[in-house]
Amino acid sequence: MSDKVTIEIISPNGSIIKTEAKEVTIPSYEGEMGILKNHIPLITFLRPGIIKIKGDSEKIFFVEEGTVEFVNNNLLILTSSAKQISDMNKNLLNNLIKESEEKIQKDEMSDKERYLLSYKIQTLKNINP
Amino acid sequence: MPSLDDLKKRIKSVKSTQKITKAMKMVAAAKLRKAQENAERGRPYSQKMQNIIFNLTRSINNTDNAPKLLVGTGKDKTYLCLVLTADRGLCGGFNSNICKLAKINFKKILGDNKNLKIITVGTKGLDQIKREYGKYIIKKFSFKDKKQISFNEADLIGNEIINLFNQNEFDKCILFYNNFKNVITQIPQSHQIIPAENKISQSKDDQLNSYEFEPSEDEILEDLLPKNISTQIFKAFLENAASEQGSRMTAMDNATRNAGDLVDKLTINYNRSRQASITKELIEIISGAESL
Repeated sequence: MSDKVTIEIISPNGSIIKTEAKEVTIPSYEGEMGILKNHIPLITFLRPGIIKIKGDSEKIFFVEEGTVEFVNNNLLILTSSAKQISDMNKNLLNNLIKESEEKIQKDEMSDKERYLLSYKIQTLKNINP
Repeated sequence: MPSLDDLKKRIKSVKSTQKITKAMKMVAAAKLRKAQENAERGRPYSQKMQNIIFNLTRSINNTDNAPKLLVGTGKDKTYLCLVLTADRGLCGGFNSNICKLAKINFKKILGDNKNLKIITVGTKGLDQIKREYGKYIIKKFSFKDKKQISFNEADLIGNEIINLFNQNEFDKCILFYNNFKNVITQIPQSHQIIPAENKISQSKDDQLNSYEFEPSEDEILEDLLPKNISTQIFKAFLENAASEQGSRMTAMDNATRNAGDLVDKLTINYNRSRQASITKELIEIISGAESL
């Protein structure tokens, strides 16, 4: 019996990836979460962070938000902002960081938004394409 | 019998109309491909989103505490109808089909002594609906200046609807749009978005999953339900955009063909009367010569 789970990342503009993997790490709202086979059914949110898919080859995605559902060894990630790290370059990263940092300077945001934004900056800074 | 000159003018004008419809058809065909792609790629997202909501609904046992967006206000007094149409005409029955379906529903709602509120998106639908149901329209949107409708627009309308819902302005919300089946078939559809329609059959209950929620169930629902509404509206937008182009393409294709037929018919007429006038002239000359 294989010990793999099916992963599908879908954005409003289409399916981004559908693959199988042994382990997936997702940046859930309340912390990093590793998912292996036979995890119990789960629904959660994502905060900005990194999705790591560990299969035959490792794939890494950056996401800003999203919804995750795990049922019957199918992991479904609905997000409008998934980007594969290997597709990103330094320029894009710097722009994103700058944009977010400008946004966080402004006062008109709730604590929740600030929390999410700070995570975004932190994650972006740690990415090395 | 129109004169030769008149016929010539007619033929010319029909031919230039044909050129326009042909060009419109080709533009629509090019746009259609893109719109169709978008619609088809957008389908899984909205479907899966709906699925998650269904699963969530089933796992909720206590409906009293569930968010109202999900289970409804418990009344069905006021209906909000969201009618999505195009901003441009010349696309066959596209706009009127949606309006026809919407109007049938309006009649039913009013016949049942319920209150009706209408939001229109797109100017063409507004024009058709305001004649009869003008006083029920509470808001109108038009994205005429946008080249392509993005998720932001859907979100804008979604937020507006949620705002109205939170102010207890309505109990049920129904969406009207054209579902894109293929290039020549578009099916006008009504889709209830608030409260979330529960289409799933009971037989699926055996695989009921009790989910683990992180953060809490309420928080997830609170965030997910508005998102779902925007997603469903966005999906309707995409379907509508593809349908519009498909409908326009077939309509313009027919128009081009009809114009071709008309040109043929007129040309025959033209030739016939030209021949007749020549014959007439000949007879005149011959009979003139004979009388000498």
